[in-house]
Amino acid sequence: MDVLVCIKRVPAGGGKFVLTEDEQDIETARLGFAISPHEEVAVEEAVRLVEAHGGSVTVLTLGTPESEEQIREQMAIGADRGILLETDGQEWDPQATASAIADAINADESPFDLVLMGNESADASGYQVGIRVAHALGRPVVTGVKAITVADGRVTCERPTTSAREVYEVPLPAVVTVLDGLNVPRYPSVPGRIRAKKKPIERSTPERPEPRLEKTRLMVPQSEGKQAKVLGTGPEAAPAVVEVLKQIGVV
Amino acid sequence: MVLVVVDHDHGQLDELSLQALTLGRQLAGDLGQPLEAVVVGEDGRAGAAGLGEYGVATAHLAVHPGLSDYAPLATARAAQQLAAQTGATVVLAAGSPRGNEVMAHLGAVTDLPVAADCLAIRPGDPTSVTRARWGGSLIEEATVHATTTLATVAAHAVPAEPGGATTTTVTDFSPELSDADLLVQARPAPEQEASGSVSLADAKVVISGGRGVGSAEGFAPLEELAGLLGGAVGCSRVVTGNGWRPHSEQVGQTGTKIAPDLYVACGISGATQHIAGCRNAKTMIVINDDPEAPIMGYADYAVIGDLKKILPAVIDEVKKAQA
Repeated sequence: MDVLVCIKRVPAGGGKFVLTEDEQDIETARLGFAISPHEEVAVEEAVRLVEAHGGSVTVLTLGTPESEEQIREQMAIGADRGILLETDGQEWDPQATASAIADAINADESPFDLVLMGNESADASGYQVGIRVAHALGRPVVTGVKAITVADGRVTCERPTTSAREVYEVPLPAVVTVLDGLNVPRYPSVPGRIRAKKKPIERSTPERPEPRLEKTRLMVPQSEGKQAKVLGTGPEAAPAVVEVLKQIGVV
Repeated sequence: MVLVVVDHDHGQLDELSLQALTLGRQLAGDLGQPLEAVVVGEDGRAGAAGLGEYGVATAHLAVHPGLSDYAPLATARAAQQLAAQTGATVVLAAGSPRGNEVMAHLGAVTDLPVAADCLAIRPGDPTSVTRARWGGSLIEEATVHATTTLATVAAHAVPAEPGGATTTTVTDFSPELSDADLLVQARPAPEQEASGSVSLADAKVVISGGRGVGSAEGFAPLEELAGLLGGAVGCSRVVTGNGWRPHSEQVGQTGTKIAPDLYVACGISGATQHIAGCRNAKTMIVINDDPEAPIMGYADYAVIGDLKKILPAVIDEVKKAQA
């Protein structure tokens, strides 16, 4: 089976975000880049499915030319080829993103039996690109998935709810968006990294339509800037902790 | 008209949908328009009838023979058909997995933009929204270029507050659904383990551990404290990555986002990934040996030192207080 995984290059932030002066972006001069944990497990799952059933893994991203770095990282894990839809760094809204991805899938030689994505992107967190791509392709979509089984041309997906689990079963080809925890992704091997350098990446430059959900500015939430009141140091602080628990009524 | 998609679990109204309804009521007030709701499935009837408490005069109950369990696209079709019939200018849902999913389907079938996880919606020409990015670690102001505004309301952005009390009329409505609309429909997993413990998402108290806990065994005092306080155990992504705890306990942007009364963060440094999951805790206490850890900037109280010594002392004090 041929699996397509959509990924997105995002800043890898450990601490607080600092914004650029125009409040349009995160200041990334001192940050590395990564993909979302949801997408890491999507790539791992795709590689496992192809190891079990045969076929190929393709990684697609819409992003700046630097996104090649993230494609190569997925190739080191086992993806066979890449599709890079190059942008100039301006934001693409969810509709424009989904439409560019669907166009790229339709234009490709492979039918892509399964399209995997993260349930939501780490940065914009719009929760909709996978669903919009599925509609554009006329395929069923299951979201928020934490277990995948493929057999007899069907994909069975489990998704957690707050108290239980639900099961969805749909025919292939399908779109499935996944959650962190689906699996534990492997680390790339040294030979994997070497092979990744030679794998093919197809590039194109789609035209960005006018955004219909248009970012005007970013802000750091106001609750930031709190500072914890230190109750004490070491076990001697235990009575002070319990005093707080009494105040808020949990003891 | 402002139409809110209200989710329920076999008749039990969804808390996040009631939060969406609360924001919807304010918005309807701003617009001088009525607030209506759509509830899917016969078992939602009693819940729909009770929505008057939240200011809903008309609740549309979507019933269809093919619609027994949650079906995201079918729910979106019901909302689409009702919105068209009633001339809704705003359609809202909860910022929950289901709410975001239904609204994305609605956006796709109507070719309208969707603003997910909104904290505020300002009607106008065009409408503008404030929404959460990075799981709430950043806030975005955005403009929605559409005649009908589709949005979800970020979890815990507003508390669910009754108001505008009225008597609800429940109107039955049969959406037209194709087989394709019903293709993706939930069925319960076969062996549902009935766990007696408090679920992480609903727990009033969460005792959470990070890298500083050091090992799977290190979670024993966290479990004991959670047990004493009737709470649940949580953890950071490092912990699930190391296999110390199951992923179902992960609190964070890609784990569970919670809003307990009390969050105790033990040995957690406070990466943005983690903070996105616990920033809505009413009170946060940190136990950490590093007074400079980023998490101090999000917490109300802190104890500095070795959690392996501090936790047993806290457990003893709690037992004394409860005796």
